[in-house]
Amino acid sequence: MIEQYVVQASTYAADIDNVILLIAVLTGFWFFAAQGMFFWLLFRFRERPGHKAEYVTGDEPDLKRWINIPHILIIICDVFIVAAAIMVWVNVKQTLPEADRTIRIVAQQWAWTFVHPGPDGQLDTDDDITMIDELHVEVGQVYHYQLESTDVLHDFSVPVFRLKQDAIPGRRIVGWFEPTLPGHYDIQCAEMCGIGHGLMGARLFVETPEQHAQWMRDRGEILARAH
Amino acid sequence: MMKPVATTRSAAGISTGMLAVWWLLASEIVIFGGLLASYIMHRLAHPEWAEYASHTNTWIGTLNTFVLLSSSLSAVLAHHAAEKGDGKKAAKYLLVTIGGALTFLVVKSIEWSIEIHHGYTITANGFWAFYYVAAGIHASHVIVGAIVMGWVAWYANQNRELQRVEMVGVYWHFVDIVWIFLFPLLYIAK
Amino acid sequence: MASQNENFFLKYFWSTDHKIIALQYMFTGMAMALIGGYFAYAFRMQLAFPGAEIPLVGVVTPHEYNAFVTNHGTIMIFWVAMPVLIAAFGNYLIPLMIGADDMVFPRLNRLSYQIFLLSAIILVASFFVPGGGFGGAWTAYPPLSADGAYNLTPLGASMWVTAVALEFVAFLMGGINFITTAMNSRAPGMKAFDVPIVIWFIVIASILFMASVGPLIAGAIMLLFDQQIGTGYFDARTGGDPVLYQHLFWFFGHPEVYVVLLPALGIVAEIITVFSRKKLFAYKIVLYTAIATGVLSFFVWAHHQFIAGIDPRMANIFTVTTVLISIPIAEMCFVYIATLYGGSIRFTVPMLWALAFMAEFLIGGVTGIFLGASGADIYFHDTYFVLAHFHYTFFPIAIIAVFAGITYWFPKMFGRMMSETAGKVHFWITILTFNGIFIPLFVLGAWGQHRRIYSYEHFPDLWELQPLRIFATTCLVIMLLAQVIFLVNFFVSMLRGKKAGNNPWRANTLEWTVPSPPPHGNFETLPVVHRGPYEYSHPDHDEDFWPQDAAPAAESAS
Ligand code: HEA
Ligand code: HEA
Ligand code: CUA
Ligand SMILES: [Cu+2]
Repeated sequence: MIEQYVVQASTYAADIDNVILLIAVLTGFWFFAAQGMFFWLLFRFRERPGHKAEYVTGDEPDLKRWINIPHILIIICDVFIVAAAIMVWVNVKQTLPEADRTIRIVAQQWAWTFVHPGPDGQLDTDDDITMIDELHVEVGQVYHYQLESTDVLHDFSVPVFRLKQDAIPGRRIVGWFEPTLPGHYDIQCAEMCGIGHGLMGARLFVETPEQHAQWMRDRGEILARAH
Repeated sequence: MMKPVATTRSAAGISTGMLAVWWLLASEIVIFGGLLASYIMHRLAHPEWAEYASHTNTWIGTLNTFVLLSSSLSAVLAHHAAEKGDGKKAAKYLLVTIGGALTFLVVKSIEWSIEIHHGYTITANGFWAFYYVAAGIHASHVIVGAIVMGWVAWYANQNRELQRVEMVGVYWHFVDIVWIFLFPLLYIAK
Repeated sequence: MASQNENFFLKYFWSTDHKIIALQYMFTGMAMALIGGYFAYAFRMQLAFPGAEIPLVGVVTPHEYNAFVTNHGTIMIFWVAMPVLIAAFGNYLIPLMIGADDMVFPRLNRLSYQIFLLSAIILVASFFVPGGGFGGAWTAYPPLSADGAYNLTPLGASMWVTAVALEFVAFLMGGINFITTAMNSRAPGMKAFDVPIVIWFIVIASILFMASVGPLIAGAIMLLFDQQIGTGYFDARTGGDPVLYQHLFWFFGHPEVYVVLLPALGIVAEIITVFSRKKLFAYKIVLYTAIATGVLSFFVWAHHQFIAGIDPRMANIFTVTTVLISIPIAEMCFVYIATLYGGSIRFTVPMLWALAFMAEFLIGGVTGIFLGASGADIYFHDTYFVLAHFHYTFFPIAIIAVFAGITYWFPKMFGRMMSETAGKVHFWITILTFNGIFIPLFVLGAWGQHRRIYSYEHFPDLWELQPLRIFATTCLVIMLLAQVIFLVNFFVSMLRGKKAGNNPWRANTLEWTVPSPPPHGNFETLPVVHRGPYEYSHPDHDEDFWPQDAAPAAESAS
């Protein structure tokens, strides 16, 4: 259901959307069942002249069934929800597939610094491309990110990737994503970080290999001219 | 003001005042629990704190442990006297306990001034921050306890409200037990 | 008993009477609700019309926006939900419903209100100091909250922490009083299962509060020291740990949501039994599910921190415990619905509110499952989906259930009836606009819109959704205007309403056996209890209600 609002631009976006869909179906069923029952009872047992309320304690087995059976079914639904959620979680947050490229993301009040590996594909070399508030990645490559913060908590959030991770001062948090859909998207800071929190957006450029190579050449020239 | 009838009832079979003291202690336990749990987590994450901790003075700490434990003993004796209905004697024992509390505080302030003199202030590093806050909150309980004991002793001396002797005693044992946790954590684990 | 000729000040401001203290809490809570509502108005207007000059507010700067949001959340939870649901209803109802003449510690009770009032004053005052009110979110995560250089409100931040800590102290004192009173001072004959559910729930809530708040009190002290003395508990540069604070906060924060949920559920239980003329379905199950929820609530806190940099393996454990909470709460919802079965349901104003609580809370509950599932929370965390989730729980609790309770016990509190017509108009406008505000926010959340952002102009993908924000804000303005109906109804009925008599709703519990309003000391002669609180429409009894203290007609009949 989320894909109708926000496109899926990473390999795991669809997995996350499917968990959400599963939960929507399971809880939705019980939600409507409960509401339906509720309104029906309200209608059926509204006050009418000549009708006295029944005396029911709740220990009657034939009535208690109406509570107990749904109860067991909900436990079963819970098992499915937990299993699906954990499977996706393990894939997104607990495993780290082999990286094609590694980028460094440094958050500070109130800007993002993205350090991209240059043409040599290695981070921390001379041809690194550093950009403020602009992240350029290539489709179909597995990226590792190294997330850091220099001051307070921030949160690197890319809705189209279904990716979100807090940045914590004093730590370097590593995670991964693999872009699948070229385009320009919002990056947001999702953790309150002070006055400029509302301004701390950035743009994500997911590029085809050709576009990405072109961008790298352009940056290379700018870099060369500056030297 | 008269006491409401509510205060004199005892549906749970334990006196209202005592019940309240137990709930008070329950709420205190989680406060100290949270503080000490935070300290222990930090301590485990930072082996270098052992070095900082080695600058605490184990001898002074031991002395204070001794002072506090013996003051608990006189609190027990006060309780015994109160049970027998001897308010005067109970008040005397309570005064001994208060004496213990004051000794504890004096020793503590000497200890702290030495440490601060050596530059181990609350902002020196994480260990000292925990050291001062944990011991400081504990010391504030000692102060409150001493004041309350003085008030209870005043009444006890006139043979009034003798049940309060036991309540303040329970509180005092709690203050003691907290120290029993603090002492090894702050002074001994090096 | 206290003397009759006390002067006005002693009677209303220095009283030790639990009923007066309850009203003090209630009116303070109402005033704070107005402030919290005003803040909501200010920031929602800013979201709908960024940068515009807002009537009664002015232009909202980013800093003011943060301060409004932060203090809106803080006020609504700690200075509205807590004082009204626990302190006001707890104080009013516990002695009356268990058949006692007062709380066991009346002076402690007065002191707890005074500390509470002081905390409220400090919080409001924090808006007027240099730098202004604290804006680092109601969760106050360090390092932002710990360092004036980061949050730019060195004074406001410390006042905020101080106010919150004082408020905790006030509620600890109140809680000890509540628990002790309910445990020890029940009327003769009132056994554990004869206690009305609302009393049980307030007591369980007080115990939950007491058992969970300690670590945060310690955390607040550390935070205050970090701010003012320069210790580094939460500062990574000096070996501290910012995430530690989050654990301390949420270890309290999650149980806290059930601390406010339980009294609300208790109020609803009283009302639906009275107005459906039915015994509560399976009293013991209701009680056990509440206890189970309370116990479980201590093991779920890290679901707020799934992506906050905790060990990812921990998330799996917390997903399991979080989703498990649905079991007792679903059970509880079903039992409440089952109580309606076979009833003779009257749609009075209190009943409408109680029913609305159940219908709306279900939405808040099921959306919690989306967030509790770690895989889904990666997407939803800190979006408006979370926001809408918890307003669908908090609004029913802090506003809907409170309106239910106030309209239900108003006749007892002030001796007069409120207007039913005005009540119904107010009810329908409030409920419709409530859904009108927060359903669009669910949609915005699903769209990936994040919280605490003062304007979405800077986010191209989100800016197109502006009509939804304007719609939500419009509903809010209508809702706030509708509250005037309530306030007028409230104060006019207090002076001019129809006289209520002792028991206008024909209810069973003990507070309805005394005059309205009850005198200081409550009962002429202290009652003796003969039966449970929900014996409505009993086959052995002619009338459809059977007060708890009514002596059995003939021993042979039973
Ligand atoms: C009183 C308020 C209240 C209540 C009752 C709840 C109830 C629940 N909450 Fe909520 N929550 C908040 C207030 C509340 N919450 C607040 C304030 C925040 C945000 C704080 C912040 O960051 O500022 C929050 C945030 C929050 C998060 C963190 C989100 C994030 O920041 O990423 C999570 C995650 O697990 C969560 C889960 C739940 C769950 C599982 C319940 C459960 O108790 C719900 C159980 C109820 C039901 C499930 C409904 C009844 C059951 C059925 C109809 C049967 C069908 C169900 C199934 C098949 C499962 N809540
Ligand atoms: C009990 C809790 C509670 C309640 C009732 C509300 C009520 C409302 N909330 Fe609030 N809200 C929070 C708790 C609550 N909120 C929290 C914890 C946050 C997070 C803060 C943070 O991020 O740090 C938040 C944040 C928050 C935001 C997010 C801002 C952002 O992230 O940028 C928004 C946005 O629309 C919002 C809107 C509203 C609205 C429109 C209402 C309206 O429903 C308000 C209507 C007001 C009234 C109806 C009051 C008037 C009533 C009376 C005068 C009579 C009442 C009498 C008694 C109560 C006795 N709230
Ligand atoms: Cu950075 Cu919010
Ligand atoms: Cu929670």
